[in-house]
Amino acid sequence: MTDITPHGSQPAKLGHSPVADVPHVLRATDTNPKAAKRAERQVASMFLLSIILVIAFIVCYVTIDKDTVVYIPVFGEVALLTIMLGLTSGLSILLIGAGAIQWAKKLMPDVEVVQMRHEMASPADATAEAAANYERGKEESGFARYPIIRRTLIGAMALFPIPALFLLRDLWSGGLSGKASPDEILSHTLWRKGERIVVDETYQPIKPEDLPVGGLVSAVPANLMEEQELSGNLDARGKAAIILVRMDPTEIVAQQGDGWDYQGIVAYSKICTHVGCPIALYEQRTHHLLCPCHQSTFDLANAGAVVFGPAARNMPQLPIGVDNEGYLVALDDFAQPVGPSFWERG
Amino acid sequence: MSTTSPVETAGAGAATYVDQRLGSNKFLARNLGKVFPDHWSFMLGEIALYSFLVVLLTGTYLTLFFKPSMVEVIYDGSYVPLKGVSMSEAYSSTLDISFDVRGGLLIRQMHHWAALIFVASMSVHMFRVFFTGAFRKPREFNWIIGVVLVTLGLGAGFSGYSLPDDLLSGTGLQIARGIVQSIPVIGTWGAFLLFGGEFPGTDFISRLYAIHILLIPGLILAMVTVHLIMVFTQKHTQFPGPGRTNDNVVGYPLMPVYMAKAGGFFFIVFGIIALVGGLVSINPIWVFGPYTPDQVSAATQPDWYIGWLDGALRTMPNLESHIAGFTLSWNVLVPAVIIPGIIFTALGAYPFIEAWVTGDKSEHHLLDRPRNAPTRTGLGVMAITFYLLLFIGGGNDLIASAFNMSFNSIIWFLRISYFVLPPLMFVLTRRICLGLQRRDREKLLHGYEAGRILRLPHGEFIEAHEPLSVKELAVITSKTDIAPIPTPQKTDIDGVKNKKYAIQSRRSKLSHFFYGENVPLPSAAEIEAGQAHVAADAALEAPLHAYEDADQISTFHGGVLHHPGMAATNAEQQNEH
Repeated sequence: MTDITPHGSQPAKLGHSPVADVPHVLRATDTNPKAAKRAERQVASMFLLSIILVIAFIVCYVTIDKDTVVYIPVFGEVALLTIMLGLTSGLSILLIGAGAIQWAKKLMPDVEVVQMRHEMASPADATAEAAANYERGKEESGFARYPIIRRTLIGAMALFPIPALFLLRDLWSGGLSGKASPDEILSHTLWRKGERIVVDETYQPIKPEDLPVGGLVSAVPANLMEEQELSGNLDARGKAAIILVRMDPTEIVAQQGDGWDYQGIVAYSKICTHVGCPIALYEQRTHHLLCPCHQSTFDLANAGAVVFGPAARNMPQLPIGVDNEGYLVALDDFAQPVGPSFWERG
Repeated sequence: MSTTSPVETAGAGAATYVDQRLGSNKFLARNLGKVFPDHWSFMLGEIALYSFLVVLLTGTYLTLFFKPSMVEVIYDGSYVPLKGVSMSEAYSSTLDISFDVRGGLLIRQMHHWAALIFVASMSVHMFRVFFTGAFRKPREFNWIIGVVLVTLGLGAGFSGYSLPDDLLSGTGLQIARGIVQSIPVIGTWGAFLLFGGEFPGTDFISRLYAIHILLIPGLILAMVTVHLIMVFTQKHTQFPGPGRTNDNVVGYPLMPVYMAKAGGFFFIVFGIIALVGGLVSINPIWVFGPYTPDQVSAATQPDWYIGWLDGALRTMPNLESHIAGFTLSWNVLVPAVIIPGIIFTALGAYPFIEAWVTGDKSEHHLLDRPRNAPTRTGLGVMAITFYLLLFIGGGNDLIASAFNMSFNSIIWFLRISYFVLPPLMFVLTRRICLGLQRRDREKLLHGYEAGRILRLPHGEFIEAHEPLSVKELAVITSKTDIAPIPTPQKTDIDGVKNKKYAIQSRRSKLSHFFYGENVPLPSAAEIEAGQAHVAADAALEAPLHAYEDADQISTFHGGVLHHPGMAATNAEQQNEH
């Protein structure tokens, strides 16, 4: 048995609402059999249309080629199959819902009913019984009487998850004895003395005269390709990527070491010192480099100093020169770790 | 007259079979007629639930085709611009889902849209629960579960859009790596363990996959189940209205009306997601290209629900400390770890803080009108303002380019606004709420202003008032006046020092801040007097209505109706026009 009653006939305890009930207004479908019949037809039509749309879905799936592209204003160039499958399945599902709700609104009773609530707290006797049971259990187990058992149990329960923490250690297999620690790994890149600077996509070495004043090139070390094949990952690329820009040597205000530019060509890490996005938005007039992720701005004419934004460190600069064939090379690795800061960085 | 069909006979047999083993009929007897109150805002939580179900269904389908692997392959599918390009298997299989599995793009887009709707509806549902005080006793646990669900929802979304390993998602992961690395002491190791070494490594996509398809959805499913069981056990809250009290629940029975409406609504949500998924492109990963750590697309934007975090990162000043050979990156730590930590902790703790401040220990099943808890409403608006400012920060580059503004000025505007606008909105909201309370009191005492000016025979103008409708009267009088906690005494009558004075005094002050300025409801006698007053007005108007009904007034002058007793004056006025 439920304790519901039609709203209004219940002598409800009107705690907050010292007002009478609002009279129930009958709907057209309650009073006019024609309206009820019409609603019945509407609901059934929606369900029927849903069935037809499932068939339409199958027809579309079978007949439309997946590579057919159509142009639809606003939506642009889109795959016809995706659109038709979405339309047919979406509408067939939607109509089931619309039919059910129309049915509920027009044909099912719209009289609100009242159900009483009960306080969430258990009655006092239940609480007393629970307490008595707890006391009995405590007494029978002797939990209070055997302090050594109690304490060792608590200790054991506290410690038993610890092996799980150890098991997580090999999520990274590096850093064991003799191997480099994370901070050492983060502090070194593939750049070393005499390493040629090559264009990042083509791996072509670069001569100073290839780069006009105001020009910018994204570059990587020549040994990167070999390293990527050996390691099978992009880790080295993520640290070694640089950008080369050329400016009038007299415009260079400061750099991170004496004579680190070559005839006005400067090389900076491409990885933002904020949280590590690659940077490529360069404004040649101001020599500013802008990170597209969080808008940290660095001045490449002034040792990569932070001009604006959330980055706290200069962009690391790479000392460069030319080898005996006249190609641009690095003179050393970066003097500081590239990319975002980390605890051990100092 | 109902007849029993063979299907029903079979169904009854099955019900008996199950009942003899589980006693399920007792449950059905209690609950088939269970009453659920009706209100459009109660559908917000339903949308969240249904969109989550759609996410589960479409996500399961996607797992059949997606390969969570970072092994480099050469793409050879039907998307011509990327043919022959080296990419991870994750990205390549996502391209296959989009171009070579028929209906694959539909399901992928449905999955993404449903996820966005899931997070959005959870957020708005949370606003509704907050502003109506539905989190109060006995529903505090469910509020905490809700906060956990929102957090998990953000995690599910972020882990999901990071999986395809396209240029945009990879950049998001790179930022995540930078954030983990900023955590003091354990951050660097944490990042190495998560990524299996340096970024990007070759392990992360498969690890993230396990988190995205098992861990997070499993937790969400468990939490949603508990959430619903609690709603069911505690019965739904209801908005105030005629005959609705704190002790009853007024609405439609589960069988059949609520079942048809809620079940039908599932199909509506599902159907709309399918339509949007089919018609509106989202996250076109083929445009971004495969991920490589040295490339980035301009105007990098996360999904909307991560926007506030990105905004916090963008607007934080560039503070970093170096102590004893170690680095503390406040510029990352504060916006990405500390602020979100504070926000979610404060959200979870709010019901307990409010209950402590107000000293309110009673059960609440009748929802508060936001105006009746001005401080709470103010705090809510304040939090939303702060959130929106962070969100604007997340789109500062888009705003800068769309409106041709300097992003530097937007950032500075935001840095200052974080401290100015939320408190301002708090004060403003609170004042508006108190004003509305005064208006409610006014309505109870004098009825509502009908907007008709009445001229009495002796020349006095009065504005006609009309009695409140039954519904409005019920809604307004649903307000519960809670007295602020009284100021404690330093010493008791015997002169013994009150050791808890400091904390009691603070609590009393907060309580006064919370409820002190509330406008109390008039007493029953006052309301009665108000009714009488309104009735008197109505009596004055009665002859006028009769006059009106007889169609003797042909013109209205500026809303002024002329009293039939003043024929001469009426004529005079008509001549003026």
